[in-house]
Parts: sequence; structure tokens; C-alpha cells
Amino acid sequence: MAALGTSPTTLTDAADVLALLVLLSEFAMLRSSLSRSQVRLYAFQSLCVSVLAGFVAATRHIGELYGLMGMSFVLKVIVEPMIILRLVKEVRVDVTDSHRLGVATMVLLAIVLSVFGIFVVGRLPVHSKSLPILALALAAAVILVSFLLVIVRNDVVSQAIGFFSLENGVSVASLVLAAGLPLIVELAFLFDLLVAVVVFGLLMRVHHGRARTLSTRTLDRLRG
Amino acid sequence: MSAVLIAILVVPLVASLVCLRAPVRLAKAISLLSGVATFGLALVLVPSHEVASALSGWLRADALSVVFLVAVTFLYSATTVFAIGYLRPGKGSPEARYARRFFTGLNLFAWAMAMTPVVNGLALLWVAVEVTTVVSALLVAIGDTDGAVEAAWKYVLIASMGLGVALLATVFMYYAGSSVLGGSYEIFYPKLLAAAAHFPPEIVRLSFGLAVLGFGTKMGLVPVHTWLPDAHSEAPTPVSALLSGALLTVSFYAILRFYQVTVKAIGPAFPRDILLVFGLASLVLAASYLASQRDLKRIFAYSSIEHMGILAIGMSFSAPIAVIGVLLHVLAHAAAKATAFFGTGSVIAKFGTKDMSRIQGGVGALPWSGPMLLLAVLALGAMPPFGVFRSEFLIVQGGLLQGASALSAVLVVFVTCAFLGLSWSVSQTMLTPTADGVLRGEVSAWMAASMVIGLAGLLLLGVHPPSQLSGLLERAAAELGAHR
Repeated sequence: MAALGTSPTTLTDAADVLALLVLLSEFAMLRSSLSRSQVRLYAFQSLCVSVLAGFVAATRHIGELYGLMGMSFVLKVIVEPMIILRLVKEVRVDVTDSHRLGVATMVLLAIVLSVFGIFVVGRLPVHSKSLPILALALAAAVILVSFLLVIVRNDVVSQAIGFFSLENGVSVASLVLAAGLPLIVELAFLFDLLVAVVVFGLLMRVHHGRARTLSTRTLDRLRG
Repeated sequence: MSAVLIAILVVPLVASLVCLRAPVRLAKAISLLSGVATFGLALVLVPSHEVASALSGWLRADALSVVFLVAVTFLYSATTVFAIGYLRPGKGSPEARYARRFFTGLNLFAWAMAMTPVVNGLALLWVAVEVTTVVSALLVAIGDTDGAVEAAWKYVLIASMGLGVALLATVFMYYAGSSVLGGSYEIFYPKLLAAAAHFPPEIVRLSFGLAVLGFGTKMGLVPVHTWLPDAHSEAPTPVSALLSGALLTVSFYAILRFYQVTVKAIGPAFPRDILLVFGLASLVLAASYLASQRDLKRIFAYSSIEHMGILAIGMSFSAPIAVIGVLLHVLAHAAAKATAFFGTGSVIAKFGTKDMSRIQGGVGALPWSGPMLLLAVLALGAMPPFGVFRSEFLIVQGGLLQGASALSAVLVVFVTCAFLGLSWSVSQTMLTPTADGVLRGEVSAWMAASMVIGLAGLLLLGVHPPSQLSGLLERAAAELGAHR
């Protein structure tokens, strides 16, 4: 990535590693067949994003980001995963068979998407003071793979997790692009919070409904 | 004027809170009052030539905002009239609880949609659109049937993913701004627009593309429209009317705000091309799906996709008259689509089904709503003397003036196809002889009255739009960079 324009230091390296961990956990979520491990991976990914926020707060001395880091830690690392895990436990069917494609095909597709995201976004004329542009490129990859996750998995837990991890990708992107504008970074958090309320409300209904399963295969009445 | 702006946001919110606890009758009365009051307040803003602002600049209504505000509040008031007739609960407490929840949600939904055009800045705009999604998803699911839950799940998932992309667009636009305005700046429209000429073009292009994709998901542009027919057909009918007439156009408003900045930054060619591609895809797909629908509400949902396509194509014409036509179309489509959905509400209540093969003789069974539904279909097909005729005429005229005659011809052809499909399907159910055993008579006078309101609005827009309104549309078009 010679086009990045920032000389590597220990700090930017650390940030790159964190952003890379976010992408790797996205890959792991994509291929994981157990809902439980997917949720734990999501918690881990959110942890990485929170640490990254703390990292930016410390290096650029932006006080508001600490508060945001705390809130996103509580919501995304503890509360959301706990709620989903409880749901999964109640249904007692740990979804194992929700892949529309084989694991190999899926991961290959994800690699193609990531490479596309990393190279396209890596070439943008972006100069961030807070994080290296590689973090932005990785965030783009996370967002693309999260779309893949929602498309190729057909159980509601994967789809909800896919959506929440999209939000993690957007959070990383906003840390790179707009760390100086706490309002914007807060938006990403607010987004998560608002949608979480509805998603969980609906999840409960889908799951308490007649289907007794978390598969979306029963959600096929409306077509055309 | 600032008091008016604040009142527009306070009234529906208070109404929503009151409905949480109030008895059903009171909830209906409060909602109706709130709807009429908000519409009246929005009308106060129409003749004003100055930009209203309040709360130290966080609320701001220029002419463009007021156009959408009028569309939303008009629909809100008409929908509350319809909802009074639509919800006639029995004595049981579950029905009363449903009605309370329904009116709370309805007012909150209207509040969120009224907020979208009056907040100042792309970040708050995004928040407001997100709030509309959350509230409306819960309203779609309120019926708690299998179909409603399925539609709501698809809606919330697809629309939220779309809004995730829109958030990314917002972040990129702010990054573009920060390269001119410095690291941390107050991000109101005027400041952004004033500085836009110096934004880095690649970032602005990326941001606009993402914004059309993201907000386009909520607007129902093909190919990211897939949630729309399900949500429109499974939601309670008053919610369908608001979704189609107001929510989609409010998302279009969000795209227009990005358009405004993009045009200032990199000129109109790129945003017009993007809108043209999405618009054409929407128009062509919707026109070809319309004739094959079997569900009375789905058919109007596809008609909404068609009209959103027309809006996008209209914006791709550079002539100012086309932009004025687009803004008029926002108002006219809102009135026409709401009237159509109100009519389907009566038909569905009368026949107890949405399945068009089981509905026969709607006009015979419903002496007022039936013919009015047919009039709404004619209006949607751009027949004179209704407002949609005038707006589509202006759009096509704009295309011809600009020299895009092939494109204008395509537009006319597909609009005609869509009209044939729509009128054929609807007349199959409405103009056939009424089956035995179906009693002749209206379901509810309130429901019929709401259609009269919608048609009156359409006639006004079509026959003789008030001069203040025409002035407003011209000012709004000028704000979008289309000076006459």
C-alpha cells in the first residue's frame, strides 16, 4: 500500500492491526455455523471497535470519544450479545444449516469483495489525522462482507448480526474520516441503538411466532 | 416564523404522548386535531419569502423544505380522517389497546416525517430519516400476523442496511467539508453549500452515489426497492398511505439535499446521470410488474415505485421547468396515492380480502368510494384535470426543451404502460357486476371523506394551483440550482 502516504509508526501499526481484527472477525462470522459463536465473534469485533475509538481519543485528545467508547462498549459488547444469546438459547435450535452457498465459495466471495473494497477505497484522496487510510479501506471491506453475510445466510440471527457488524464497519470509517466531528461519530452509535430496539422487538416476534425457528425460510409468503 | 416551525414539531409529538393513555375516542379526536393543525401551520410557511429558522439554527425551512412539509402534513391530516373510520374497535380492551398503540405510532410517524425536512444539516437529516424507519417498521408489524412480521423484518433489515450506506455517504460528505471548513465545524446547509465549490470532487462523487443508493433504498428505487411492496401491502391501510405518499418522498428529499451540495461542488452532469439510471430502472420495472399483481395493495405499491422513478428521471432533466414539475409531482403523487390507498381501505373492509380475484363489483358495492378510487387511478395515470397530469406534463416539457426527446418519449411510453396495467387490474375488480350477498353502502363516512379531501387537493393542483404555491415551487427549484 505505497499510496497510503503515511509513514508507518508503532501507533498506526496498532490501529491497522485493530482494524484488521475487525475484518477477520467479520470473516469468521460469515463462515461460523453456530449462532452462539457468531454472537461471540460480534462481541469481539465490537470490542476491537471500542478499543479503536479509545485509541483515537487518546492520540488526538478528543474527550467525547471516551464517553462514546464507554457507551458503545456497554451496548455492543455486553447488552446486544446477551440479548441475542438468550434468544438463541430459548429456541434451543442452534442454527447450523443456514448457508445458501458452500463455505469455500462464501469465503472466496468475501475475499474478492474485501480486495475490491480495500483497493478502491485505499486509492481515495483521503488524509486523516486520526487513523491511517488502511483502516478506512478495511472498514469498506467489513461493510461489503457484512452485506454478503446478510445475503447468503438465511437465519434471523445471522441477518441481525450482519446488520450490526455493518454498523461496526461504518463506525470505523467515521473514526477515520470524522473523528474531529463527534456529532458524526455519535450518529453511528445512535444508529445502532435505534435499530437495535426495533430489530430485537421483531426478533422476539419472529421467534415467538408460530414458526418456532430462527430460519428465514418460513418468511417466504410475500413474493412478486 | 420560528414559533411555527417549533409548533409543527411539538403538536404531533404531544398528540402521540396523549394517545398513549387516552380513551380511543379522545385519541381519534386529538390525532385529527393534530393533523389539521400541523397542515395549517405548514400552510402558513408557504407564502413566506424568508427562510424560517429556530432553535439557534438547528431547525431551518427554506422553500424546498416547505414543499415537502406541505406534502407530509397534508397527508397526515387526510390520514387521520381516514383512520377514524378505519379503526372502529369493539368494546373489548385488546381492540382499545391496539387503537391506542396505533394512534400513538401514527402521530409519532408523522412527527418524524415532519422533522426530516425542517432539520438543518445532513447529519440531523439522516437521524430523522432513521427515526422514520424505526417508527414505521413497528407500525408495519402492528397487526402481528405472519405476513406483517415478515414484511416488517424485511423492511427493517433492508432499509437499515440502506441507511447504513447513507450514513457512510454523510460521513464522506462531512469529510469533504472538513477539507475546506476545518476539522470541526457546525454543519448546517448554508455553510456546506457556500463552501461546496472547493470540496474534493472524488469524495463528493462517492458520497452522492452512496447517498442515492442508501436513501434510494427507502425511496424505493429499483434495484433496492424489494422491501416496498411487502411493507405497503401488509401495513394497516392508513400506514400504507403515509408510507407511499410521504415516507418515500421524504427520502427523496434527503437525496435532493445531497444533490444540492453535489451540484455546487462538481456540477449537475454526474448527479443527473446517477438519478437517470435509477429512475429509468424503477419506471421500467414497475411498469412491467403492475399488470401482473393479484393483491390490491401491492399494485399501488408498484405504482409508487413507478412514480419515484418519474421523480428521479425528472431531476435528471436540466430544464428548470422539469424541476418545478418534480416538486409539484411530490405534492400531486402524495394526494393521488393516498386517495388510492384510502379507497383500497374501503374495498378491503367491504370484501374482507386484498385478493383481487375475490373482489367483484367494487363500484356497485361502494357508491362513493368505488368511483372515487377509479378517479384516483385515473389521476395516477396522469389524466387531466388532476395534479399529476400537470406535474408530469411539466417534466416531459422540461425534457423536450432540453432536447432529450428520446428520453421523454421513453418516459411517456412507460408511464402509459403503467397506467394501462393499473387501470386494467383495478377496473377488473371495480367495474364488474357485484356478487349476490354483498350489501350496497359505504363502510364508513370518514373513510369516504378522506378520499374527497385527497381528490380536492388533486383538483386544486391540476386546475389552478394557488399563486403562492407556484411561487414556492419556483423558489424551491431555484434552490436546487434551476433558475428560470
